[in-house]
Amino acid sequence: MIEARIGPRPAVRWQTAAVRNIIVQTARIKSFFLVPSQPFDFRAGQHVDVRLTAPDGYHASRSYSIASPPEDPSQIELAIEHLEDGEISPFFHEVVEVGDEIEFRGPLGGHFVWSKADGGPLLLVGGGSGLVPLMAIIRHREAVATDVPIVLLLSARNWDDVLYRDELLALHERRNGFTLVLTLTREPPRRDGDYGRRVDALMMAETLRRLPGPPKHVFVCGTNPFVNAAADGAVAGGTPPSIIRTERYGG
Amino acid sequence: MVTRGFTGRQRPAGLADRLPPGQHLVDGFPVLSAGPTPRIAHEQWSFTLKVGPKAVVTWNWAEFNALPQSKMTRDIHCVTTWSKFNTSWGGVLIDDILAGAGIEPPTDFALAHSYGGYSTNVPATDLTGGKAMVALRYEGQPIEADHGGPARLLVPHLYFWKSAKWVNALQFTERDEAGFWELRGYHIYGDPWREQRYTDD
Repeated sequence: MIEARIGPRPAVRWQTAAVRNIIVQTARIKSFFLVPSQPFDFRAGQHVDVRLTAPDGYHASRSYSIASPPEDPSQIELAIEHLEDGEISPFFHEVVEVGDEIEFRGPLGGHFVWSKADGGPLLLVGGGSGLVPLMAIIRHREAVATDVPIVLLLSARNWDDVLYRDELLALHERRNGFTLVLTLTREPPRRDGDYGRRVDALMMAETLRRLPGPPKHVFVCGTNPFVNAAADGAVAGGTPPSIIRTERYGG
Repeated sequence: MVTRGFTGRQRPAGLADRLPPGQHLVDGFPVLSAGPTPRIAHEQWSFTLKVGPKAVVTWNWAEFNALPQSKMTRDIHCVTTWSKFNTSWGGVLIDDILAGAGIEPPTDFALAHSYGGYSTNVPATDLTGGKAMVALRYEGQPIEADHGGPARLLVPHLYFWKSAKWVNALQFTERDEAGFWELRGYHIYGDPWREQRYTDD
């Protein structure tokens, strides 16, 4: 059980990582593949803090969820959305190059995490880049070859804004217990069973019914209004609030 | 380590003595919480003062609102690095809750408990002396559920996860017992000026 692993833990120290690769994922999201200088173990769903330091000593840090699965400890993937009024994400998108050294620490966050042993079924609900920690969970499921059923309800503005779209469609096509449900908020749906509107209670109720049984864990990540709509909808659909974990962007 | 190419934003003069290290200023009021938002009607709401396992006093909404009301305007600092200046709150000082129960702080530590199962620990000296309250109003209005209404703890000099949303009990404890986030890697005390974000910072 997840809750059995909470408790005192060692301090998390700053370390450096080298940027090995940068991939453009969508118009607004790039993936940065970092090679930690120290051994790095984490659980799917956790995040790191990245710290940027100016020559005058000024520093700024932000939390970014890890998109890659724990089974590949040689590098971690951060998928970072470009926020125009941000301080850190524009730096990543406009300045950071392959070969740069970036300071970070982690893993952080002991609540929004899932491992094979925690069991399922799982309902995952992501809005935009809120998919990132859920992707680590989905990739962990694949890496350990478990048959835990997962339904992912993923909201994006347009078809071309769907992060990891081809990878998710391919996983869905394998029909091995992973189901992708897309909802596009600014375009009509393109697949049978997909939606073309914002997440609401009816959509949550219908999505819950696509699992083979009641979920054991529900993970919701996105902006606060998105998380509220999804979490309230799941509760209205009969899901106990105690099994719903949320992570809200916007801080 | 200096980051290649990073100069940071222009920092307005005079901010340094007000913005703790690693924080940035926001105008909005971000919402962060670990689960669904509990929605508690006033008729269901209560607040209990406990010493160890023993309940000392339980107030209902009307009784709690009849306790002396105070106001506080403070800067608040979230561990996720946003800070917000001049937030104004109204509610009942922890001093007045203790006085209402007719007791002095019985131990050196306390745990705040919330609807939804959240908890967080704060030393008694950080709750008393006018430093903390159970807030019932924000900017003169009832606190929205997303921001912890009907009532939230307000301990503004510590990182804001200490200001427990949806608070329904304050329990004095013999030892400093870690709460929800403190058990999940966050600092036991959480002083923004010392950047005590995570365990042993």
